[in-house]
Amino acid sequence: MIQLSHIDKHFGSQHVLKDVSLQVAPGQVTALIGPSGSGKSTLLRCINLLETPSAGQITLGDASLQFGHGHAQAGRQDIHRLRLQTGMVFQNFQLFPHRTALQNVMEGLLVVKKWPRAQAEAHARELLHQVGMAHKADAWPGTLSGGQQQRVAIARALAQSPGLLLCDEPTSALDPELASEVVAVLRDLAANKMTMLIATHDLRLAATLADTVVFLEDGRIVEQGSSRQLFLQPQNPRTASYVSTLKEGLPEAWQA
Amino acid sequence: MPEWLKLMVESLPPLLYAGLVFTVPLTLLSFACGLSLGFVTALVRLYGPRTLADGFRFYVWLIRGTPLLVQLFLIFYGLPKAGIVFDPLPAAVIGFSLNVGAYTSEVIRAALLAVPRGQWEAAYSIGQTWAQAMRRTILPQASRVAVPPLANTFISLIKDTSLAAVLTVPEIFQAAQRIASVTYEPLILYTETALIYLLFSSVLSAGQQKLEARFGQHLHLSQETK
Repeated sequence: MIQLSHIDKHFGSQHVLKDVSLQVAPGQVTALIGPSGSGKSTLLRCINLLETPSAGQITLGDASLQFGHGHAQAGRQDIHRLRLQTGMVFQNFQLFPHRTALQNVMEGLLVVKKWPRAQAEAHARELLHQVGMAHKADAWPGTLSGGQQQRVAIARALAQSPGLLLCDEPTSALDPELASEVVAVLRDLAANKMTMLIATHDLRLAATLADTVVFLEDGRIVEQGSSRQLFLQPQNPRTASYVSTLKEGLPEAWQA
Repeated sequence: MPEWLKLMVESLPPLLYAGLVFTVPLTLLSFACGLSLGFVTALVRLYGPRTLADGFRFYVWLIRGTPLLVQLFLIFYGLPKAGIVFDPLPAAVIGFSLNVGAYTSEVIRAALLAVPRGQWEAAYSIGQTWAQAMRRTILPQASRVAVPPLANTFISLIKDTSLAAVLTVPEIFQAAQRIASVTYEPLILYTETALIYLLFSSVLSAGQQKLEARFGQHLHLSQETK
């Protein structure tokens, strides 16, 4: 079970997440959409504790942590345990530039899971194969295209078999062609029942990939529902206006 | 053989001896200690508690703001007045190490800050601890940035060790002074001395290039794989 309850996050005087509660169904894809600065990234980063929530509760599988007044500050062990339940894919890939594609994927297995090298390498090669990057196993990240780097980054995020894959704008730094090869990998994962939470500006991606879509604005969940419902029959006028850009499509004059 | 060349050849063994037995070990030892001190200083200033960081900042300010020669005199000739007595060589090592520590701490601090924040986050996201992230993700990348300026400090240090002559350490420059004072040939002797320093620092520059190549292998995109 993946459950966020009443998550609040302050940066100084800024209140960036306001009482966010969210349940992510196992084996499903949930998309977080919303304008820039709505708190999508912060919410993802709170889940794997790159940011510490100011208040609320996070439950991932059998690990659970509470934050805020009256709760002891989360210990290093607790954070570590919760973090290993998630894999994170960053907008700018953030591969380790001094390690090859294969070494990037092996790193967590070797250092965190303390697997023997041969076993880690075999698993890493399998993951690279899964994202279609087996032929570039020995390449430095700097020699790969953005789409290829992101696919390696997805393999790295999956290496320790997390229960939840967090994707923060996974295609935003890519041109449409490169983005589509990353989307293909994500689609493949979705078909294999990987639980995913994807923050994205790409409404088409959200509509075609996600089972559930959550519309976030100004740190608050405005509306959530099945992707079909949220895009076709949004209940909230604000949601309707935000998702309307998806339906506009091609110039009217072109429509014969 | 002309007279000047004969003198150069004859004085080469004592000068090289002084270089290999005193200058080189003094340089290596001081650099090793100084670099460790610089690393600790950089870490404390970046990640340590405020008061400790202030202490280290004071140290850097003090060392960088005063002449090395004065520092060496203070340690070797001044401190005995306060009951702290060092032999010449330890006094020199302490002086040079403190100096190298102050300068390299700034280089290391800048190099660590040059690694993008996202690399820390990527390291944390795969479950690395702070120490693991530092050792395996941040330091290797910072090293590439730090090698050229650290080599600068190293080469300065080789030459600065000539100051140890005033602490009566019998390194190259002191050996040269000794020979010049009996042969009355300062031009020849000091030219030869300069050439020996040049040789030592050239060898080190070659080493720097090797190190840069090693930490920067991923930057040489020409060696593309298949």
